[in-house]
Amino acid sequence: MGNDNLKRTARAKGEILLEMRGVMIEGESDDVWHQIVKGIDLTLRRGEVLGLIGESGAGKSTLGVAAMGFARPGCRFNGGTVTFDGIDLLKASDEERRKLRGSRISYVAQSAAAAFNPAHRLIDQTVETETQHGVRSMAESIADAQDLYGRLRLPNPTTIGMRYPHQVSGGQLQRVMTAMAMTCRPDLIIFDEPTTALDVTTQVEVLASIRSIVEEFNTAAIYITHDLAVVAQMAHRIMVLRHGKLVEEALTRDMLAEPKEVYTKSLWAVRKLAKQESTTDDLILQVDHVDAAYGNAVKILDDVSVTVPRGRTVAVVGESGSGKSTLARVVTGLLPPSKGSVKFNGSPLPPALPQRDKESLRRIQMIYQSADTALNPRHRVYDIIGRPLTFYHGLRGKQLDLRISELLKMIELDDSYMDRLPGEISGGQKQRVCIARALAAKPDLIICDEVTSALDQIVQEEILKLLLRLQVEFGISYLFITHDIATVRAIADEIVVMNQGKVVQQGQKTKVLSPPYPAYTELLLSSVPEMDPDWLTNLLQKRQAKAK
Amino acid sequence: MHPITRTILHRLGLGALTLFIVSIVIFVMVLLLPGDFAKAILGQSATPETVQAFQKEIGLDKPAYVRYGNWIAGAVQGDFGKSYTSRVGYTRTVAEIIMPRLANTLFLALMTAFIAVPLALALGILAALHRNSLFDRVVNAVTLSTISMPEFFMAYILMLFLAVKLRLFPGLASVDADTEFFTRIYKCVLPSLTLTLVIVAYMMRMTRAAIINLLASPYIEMARLKGISKARIILRHALPNAWAPIVNVIAFNLAYLIVGVVVVETVFTYPGIGQLMVDAVRTRDMPVVQACALIFAVTYIGLNLTADIISIATNPRLLHPR
Repeated sequence: MGNDNLKRTARAKGEILLEMRGVMIEGESDDVWHQIVKGIDLTLRRGEVLGLIGESGAGKSTLGVAAMGFARPGCRFNGGTVTFDGIDLLKASDEERRKLRGSRISYVAQSAAAAFNPAHRLIDQTVETETQHGVRSMAESIADAQDLYGRLRLPNPTTIGMRYPHQVSGGQLQRVMTAMAMTCRPDLIIFDEPTTALDVTTQVEVLASIRSIVEEFNTAAIYITHDLAVVAQMAHRIMVLRHGKLVEEALTRDMLAEPKEVYTKSLWAVRKLAKQESTTDDLILQVDHVDAAYGNAVKILDDVSVTVPRGRTVAVVGESGSGKSTLARVVTGLLPPSKGSVKFNGSPLPPALPQRDKESLRRIQMIYQSADTALNPRHRVYDIIGRPLTFYHGLRGKQLDLRISELLKMIELDDSYMDRLPGEISGGQKQRVCIARALAAKPDLIICDEVTSALDQIVQEEILKLLLRLQVEFGISYLFITHDIATVRAIADEIVVMNQGKVVQQGQKTKVLSPPYPAYTELLLSSVPEMDPDWLTNLLQKRQAKAK
Repeated sequence: MHPITRTILHRLGLGALTLFIVSIVIFVMVLLLPGDFAKAILGQSATPETVQAFQKEIGLDKPAYVRYGNWIAGAVQGDFGKSYTSRVGYTRTVAEIIMPRLANTLFLALMTAFIAVPLALALGILAALHRNSLFDRVVNAVTLSTISMPEFFMAYILMLFLAVKLRLFPGLASVDADTEFFTRIYKCVLPSLTLTLVIVAYMMRMTRAAIINLLASPYIEMARLKGISKARIILRHALPNAWAPIVNVIAFNLAYLIVGVVVVETVFTYPGIGQLMVDAVRTRDMPVVQACALIFAVTYIGLNLTADIISIATNPRLLHPR
């Protein structure tokens, strides 16, 4: 490790490659221009990896592409300079900028699935940059791309390029994109949240690949993420952004050891929130040996048994495709199981939604990951919360107004929000409205499907605290689906680990989160990035030793 | 079986079924037309005997389902029966009446398609490439005004300037079987130009919209950040993903070139199938009417089916399954 550190510091002493001074970028929405990036200075040396961190809307991605002299459609520069290796990118002609992009500065996008053209083979897209810039001939480019695929530990490096984007997994696609960014051996690569869309187990491999190839070619990089633990593995230096301004800048180790600003400290907060677990034998929900499938396809749930004690939180963790959300659909009746039964309050629930009566519908409510799509954009908050009140409890007129006002108070919003549309409130407030809508039914069980995944750290914490408070006040039980272990620590009493449609284990939080682990739980837990700059290095060494 | 093959077979089956239903509708509609065909053809002075003989000759005495069966069985083999204008010793089959007319219509349609489709695609791509530029606005304004004018008006305007005033092209497109190929093209310039002006706007606007729609997608941003040139982004990254809506509009307009050109044919006195059908309705020559209607149905269904299949086949997810 000492050696590793030495290498990183030594490299950080290269000459200045990129210099941004007082960069201002504004964006247009509904014919109004508002400032997104409000005067940021940024210096990057050759071979250095700089982490940009902040919540969504902080302007980090906008700043990232600004390093390429690029403003997204609807955005424009309105101040400052961007100098790349002596070239003033904002004064350069379109043609000059175009020639730099891809060849000397390249970009790795957040969602590889969306950033690859569905109509072309991977190899054609990988080599397009260098053949178009006239760096190398087609044959040389292909050979080089295959070599890069191999270095990035992609399976079958000589043939994987013949595939189309939809034919490979998300983690593989992200590595192909890294290879594509590397083809011209650029001086600088912008990584824009390259692992955010991946599962933790896949993320480890991609992070390792990116880090080693960046080191190998001594490429400078700007690494954009909202995950502190990830940036700690990748960056030499970190800049914290908020509302388009710089909050704090320091070397990675210094910032982790000693964050100076209040805001930076608050980014750690959710990781300290931990619920004291408690247990009871009084079960509200029993899912008993359930199988489920869509159509006649493969089983998504395979002999799944899960129980939820009354007034407690059971967290369901697992990778995408493990069947977590399908479990929620079975409990709510959206997907009738092909085998097994679901008992609620000791009596069996009818398998399909249309067979359930209003009362059993009322007692199980759901909150979704994306409040944006779960709320009707044309309904006002009043109607959104009011509808279940009228539907389940027959409230009207003055009583209805009173109850809506009460519910708004519970979710810590005031009456002025009643007349707002979902588009007029923030992401966290939208999720609160979703919670109020679920509460309106006075449910016994709320199924929370990744309800904090789309939110920023600070907002996440507020929502989790709200959910905990409501549980204490009303004795609600939660079935909490998530892939984030920090969230599990914060809210769960019990944990269910799922993998490939099967339950790996269910037990009390402290038991599941401490050894000995089943193999899959260990893989999952060990893959969760920690706030230690050496975590990835250590983990890779440990896994390598084990493999031997 | 490859999923594409299966999908195509499925679509073909559906197309055949649609055609079958349409043939029944055509037959029933003709049955429902008022008036006595025999009397209309033989004249008011015809004796009951001659009427009966005539009805027997053309099979009108048989029940409707038998007649439908005979008609459709013949049609499948390309035999549409005899025209009611046949007389003893002088037989005119429907096929020999329709064929030269259909050939004329196809000629005009193909000629127009060869001009209009590439023109529309090129204009659409250029307009997308130079979005909101002067070029884009001019092209949009011009094509919009050409579709806003009625066809006959457009036809007369062209005739007035290009045929009467400048004397560049003939105002009447009278061709027959002996007209030479190049003379034919020369004579067809004005009708073809009229039709081009009518259909180019739809195709051009759809091409432009389909491409611009894709320009906001992440893979286009990626291509820009890879330093790919604007033209290549449109041609190589946007266009291959934009075919589905474009081919549908093209198919629709090509179908229109065959089934909807009667106005233009009339203005230029061009002997196409549209005029033939109108004449046949007037003279109650039902076998011809039925055959024309069936040909129109085949054209519509066939072209739309082709468009469907192309848009399915250009989807890489279907073409290259996991």
